[in-house]
Amino acid sequence: MNGSRELILGRVRDALGDAGEAEALPPRAYRRQGTLEPAARIELLCERIGDYQAQVRRVGAAELAVAIGEAFAAEGAARVCVPGGIPPQWRPEGVELVVDAPLTLEELDGVDGVLTGCTLAIAETGTIVLSAGPAEGRRALTLVPDLHVCVVGEDQVVETVPEAMAPLAKLVRAERRPITFISGPSATSDIELSRVEGVHGPRRLIVLIVNKELQ
Amino acid sequence: MSGARGGPQPGDGAMNAAMRPFPAAAGEALRDTRLRANLAGATHTIREKRNRVVAEVPDWPQLREAGRAIKVEVLAHLDTYLEAFEQAVTDAGGHVHWAPDAAAANQVVLDVARAHQVSEIVKVKSLTTDEIGLNDALAAGGVHAIETDLAELILQLDGDWSSHILVPAIHLNRTEIRDLFRATIADPSLGDDPRELAEASRRYLRERFLTARMAVSGANFGVADSGTVCVVESEGNGRMCTTLPPVLVTILGIEKLVPTFGDLEVFLQLLPRSSTGERMNPYTSLWTGVTPGDGPQEFHVVLLDGGRTRVLADQVGRQALHCIRCSACLNVCPVYSRTGGHAYGSIYPGPIGAILTPQLYGIEAAPTLPFASSLCGACYEVCPVMIDIPSVLLHLREKAVAAGAKPGERLAMKAVSWIFGGRRRFAAAARLGRLGQRPLVRRGRIVRLPAPLAAWTRTRDLRPLSSESFRDWWERRR
Ligand code: SF4
Repeated sequence: MNGSRELILGRVRDALGDAGEAEALPPRAYRRQGTLEPAARIELLCERIGDYQAQVRRVGAAELAVAIGEAFAAEGAARVCVPGGIPPQWRPEGVELVVDAPLTLEELDGVDGVLTGCTLAIAETGTIVLSAGPAEGRRALTLVPDLHVCVVGEDQVVETVPEAMAPLAKLVRAERRPITFISGPSATSDIELSRVEGVHGPRRLIVLIVNKELQ
Repeated sequence: MSGARGGPQPGDGAMNAAMRPFPAAAGEALRDTRLRANLAGATHTIREKRNRVVAEVPDWPQLREAGRAIKVEVLAHLDTYLEAFEQAVTDAGGHVHWAPDAAAANQVVLDVARAHQVSEIVKVKSLTTDEIGLNDALAAGGVHAIETDLAELILQLDGDWSSHILVPAIHLNRTEIRDLFRATIADPSLGDDPRELAEASRRYLRERFLTARMAVSGANFGVADSGTVCVVESEGNGRMCTTLPPVLVTILGIEKLVPTFGDLEVFLQLLPRSSTGERMNPYTSLWTGVTPGDGPQEFHVVLLDGGRTRVLADQVGRQALHCIRCSACLNVCPVYSRTGGHAYGSIYPGPIGAILTPQLYGIEAAPTLPFASSLCGACYEVCPVMIDIPSVLLHLREKAVAAGAKPGERLAMKAVSWIFGGRRRFAAAARLGRLGQRPLVRRGRIVRLPAPLAAWTRTRDLRPLSSESFRDWWERRR
C-alpha cells in the first residue's frame, strides 16, 4: 500500500518535472457578493425554488407553527419526524412529532414526512443548504421520508453561491459537518430527457420562509 | 448482467479487444436511424437548456477563467495537494488508498467487501468506476454491484454500456425501457410514462438502499485542505449510497482535487449549468471523513492514477485532466450528435473522450480517436473549464502519426466525411451554425495557435507572479 503511494507520487513528480516556479492565486474576478436588496433577494429565492416544482410559502413568525401544521395536513402527513433541536415554537398542532432519538432506517421509512430548519439558502440558485445542525438533524432524516418541510429564516438567505461557501467552509473546518445542497425535489431526466420530479429523495419539498429571525 | 460493461482498462495498457476503431463503429451507428433521432433530439434539448441558464450568469467568463486557473494550479502541484488531501481525510477518520492502476483500485473495493463479508453492494453512477471495470472485477470476486442511477440501472438490466456521460441511456426510448422493465423488475401492466418508469425503479431500489451494508461511489471533487468529498447528482441515489450503508468506498481520480473548500464555489456554479442546464442540480453532498452518528461509520477513498500521470506528463494534453465531466462538449459536437457515444469505443465519449482516451490508454491503443472531430471549435467554446480540445486533438494527431499509426490524415478525412457524408447532410450541419466551412479546414484558429509548448507558456504568463514559494504560500493559506 505504501509502495503504491510512493509510486504514484513519484510518477506525479516525474510528470511535473522540478519547475519550482513562483505561484499566484487563481483569478477571482467573478461575483463574490450579491447586489439585491433583502426584499428582492427573498423574492428571487421564492421564484427560483418554485421553478424546481417545490412549494414555497412566506409566513410571519407568529403563524409559523400553524403554517407548518397546514403544510403537513395538506399532504396528508400525520406522523412526522423531527431532529432533536427544533425550536419549541415550530411545533404544530394536530401532527404527531417523532423525535429522531435516533430512529432506525425502518422507522424513518415509516414516517409521513420530516420537518427541519436549514443553515442557509441561496437565492440565485433556489438552494437550501443543510449542515446537520441541531434543527437540521443527520443526513438520513431529510432523505428517507417522502415529504420534507423546511423552515428558512429570511436572515438566512444569501444571494450568490460564493456568499454561501464562506460560512460553510468554517463549519467544515471547525466541526467537519456533512453538508447537503437541496435544489428542489430529486429528479431524473434519463428517459427521453423528460424531467420526472421525485426519484429517491423526498418527492415533495415545501419551503416555508419566515419573515423574522429564527431562534 | 454486467458482462458487457468491461470497457478498456488503463491498467492493462490496452483497449479491450472488442473495441473497434472509430470509423467502423461510426459507420454502423450512422445507419441506425432511431439512435440518430434520439441523439439529435436529446443533444438539442440539453443544449438549449444550457444556453438559457448560462446566459443569465453575468460573470460566466470570469467563472470559466477561475475554473481553468484552479485546475491548472491543482495539476501544477498535484503531489502536494494529494498529500494534503490524504492527511485531511485521515485526520477526519477516513482511510486513504493509492491505486496505480485499475486492478489495484478494484482490489481495494474487493478487500473492503471481503472484510465485511458483503456479497452485494449498491453503487452510484461514476465514469471512473466504469473506467476501471469495477463491476466485472467485483463479479469475478463474487460481489454483485447494483447500479442505482436510473439510466445505469436500465443499462445494467439491458447488459449494455453508456453512450453519453450524463444521460447514459440516451439511445433507448421510453417504450424500449418499459419493455425492459417488464421483463426484469416490474410487472406486465407497467406503462411507458417516464413517471411510471421512474416509480418502478424507485420501488425496486428502495429496499436495496435501506438494507445495503456497503456502497461504492465516484466523486466530482475532493478538497485538499479539508479532506471533503463532493458528489453532485440529481436522483438522490447518490445521497442514499453515501449516507445509508455503514461502509462507503469512494473512487477518486487523482485529478479531481481542488485546493480549498472555497474553490467549490466556482465549480458548483459551472457544473450544473453546463451539464444538465439547471441553475443547481437537485442534490449536492459534501462529507468530510466520518461523522459520528451520521452516515457511514467506515469510509475509504481510493486515489486512482490509471494513466492520469501519463496525461500529466504531456504539457499540451494535460489540460484534458481539467475536465469536470459536464458533457457540454458532447452536446455541441456535430460528430457526437450523429454517431453517439458507442462509436468512440471508450468510456469517455465525444470530444473529451477523443482527447482523454488516447492519452489514458496510450495513443497506440486509440489512434483513430483524435481524428474523430471536425475541429469546429464548438467544444472549446462551451467547456466550463476552457479546455482547448481542438489544439489537443491536433497535438495528438501529430503524436499518432509519429507513432506510426496507420490512420493519418487520409483516414481521418474519410472518417469525418463519412459522418458529414453527402452534400445534403453537410448542408444541414452548416445550418446548425457550427460548420460553415469544410471539416479540417478551419485552420484559421489553429494556425493562430502557437506551438504546443508556447501555448502553455503563454497562458501561464498571464498569471501574476509572486515571490513567495509555493510551499510557503500553501502553508499560509491553510
Ligand atoms: S471537456 Fe469541458 S465541456 Fe467536455 S465534459 Fe469536460 S468539462 Fe465538460
